[in-house]
Amino acid sequence: MLALRQRPGSATLTTLIFTLIVLIGSVAAGLLGSLTGLGGGFIIIPLLTLLLNVDIHYAIGASLVSVIATSSGSAAAFVKEGITNMRLGMFLEIATTAGAMCGAIVAIYIPTNYIAILFGLILIGSAIMSLQKKIQDVNQKKSYLAEKLKLNGSYPGNGGTIDYSVTRVGGGFVMMIFAGIISGLLGIGSGALKVIAMDNIMRIPFKVSTTTSNFMIGVTASASAVVYLQRGYINPGVSMPVVIGVLAGAYTGSKILVQSTSSKWLRYIFALVITVLAIQMIYHGINGSI
Amino acid sequence: MDYGPWSIDQNMKIFKDKDMQLLLSHVLRAGTIVSISVVFIGGIFFIYRHGQSISDYRSFKGIPDFIQRPSGIFHGILALKGQAMIQLGIALLIATPILRIVFSAIGFVLEKDYLYLGISLLVLGIIFFSMMNGHTG
Repeated sequence: MLALRQRPGSATLTTLIFTLIVLIGSVAAGLLGSLTGLGGGFIIIPLLTLLLNVDIHYAIGASLVSVIATSSGSAAAFVKEGITNMRLGMFLEIATTAGAMCGAIVAIYIPTNYIAILFGLILIGSAIMSLQKKIQDVNQKKSYLAEKLKLNGSYPGNGGTIDYSVTRVGGGFVMMIFAGIISGLLGIGSGALKVIAMDNIMRIPFKVSTTTSNFMIGVTASASAVVYLQRGYINPGVSMPVVIGVLAGAYTGSKILVQSTSSKWLRYIFALVITVLAIQMIYHGINGSI
Repeated sequence: MDYGPWSIDQNMKIFKDKDMQLLLSHVLRAGTIVSISVVFIGGIFFIYRHGQSISDYRSFKGIPDFIQRPSGIFHGILALKGQAMIQLGIALLIATPILRIVFSAIGFVLEKDYLYLGISLLVLGIIFFSMMNGHTG
């Protein structure tokens, strides 16, 4: 299992072959990421670093760009349906963009093997999160801050419009700073952390929290991408197949998701796959071979 | 029937959340389609020119000099360089969510929601600060 990574110097691929491999891998990543709701970055970074020996900074840059593409593409559909809570998203973006900026700046000074280990740990945490049961009850408790900030909202449900209230605004805000730092540091959307903040802390209905998280991911990733772009982390040769592939995969995934609702087995397989990848990342991080 | 985001100019309707949702949806969709198309076209030029050369991303070497600056990207595109086109597409992609905030800010002005106008401007300010920081470092 731990021999997945090719030894340095062993692989010499032409640009054409490299692009095709990354493109196919990215379509698969985008498809799985959209079906499970975890996003494509989780597979892209291990694929590039472990299998293709790409430097982790290039992998993070390419992943970040693909995260922006999928977020913008799918948010366009969700916003129109009126499920996304725009004010909640805007308010929490203060926290995520500030966090992402710090994460991107700090990332430059952190040794790459620590980044790999942290990535593995976040990966395992997200895998566990993706298997948890979703909270279905709608919160009606009023909070002074949520009222002041006009965060309470409603969304179109099965039996008409469902009203909900938001609680523990401060706690959610702090968690979002953390989600932003992780996003800026590792080049992922950290959708799982955003959903923890909104579902478990702020008690927002699942449908609203996932779409609002998705709405915020693009802006969060942009805040760190502007740093990465100027530092040369976003390489056109690596990013091009990643962004095209992930977007194509995610788009296909969103079409499949409408047709089939039973994806429980798929989530178990995905959780298993990313746990294996996480162990690989941690192993190579400790080993210093990444 | 919806009246679209520009209804405020046409029949003096009040700009509401629903209009804002539609406006932001258009901005996000258009931004994604345009930038991905630019990346795709650039990708074709890049593969056509460099498809047979050896790819090497094993160690971090930054990006080629000619795409470091906007002026270099501009000249690269005129010379039909694929990497310059891809980099322009990526820059447009990064700009899309930022543009979304700019349009939200305009929407909040029309809604006379000055609290959220302030919040939008604060988020824009953070991203701008981040951009300056990446530049000087």
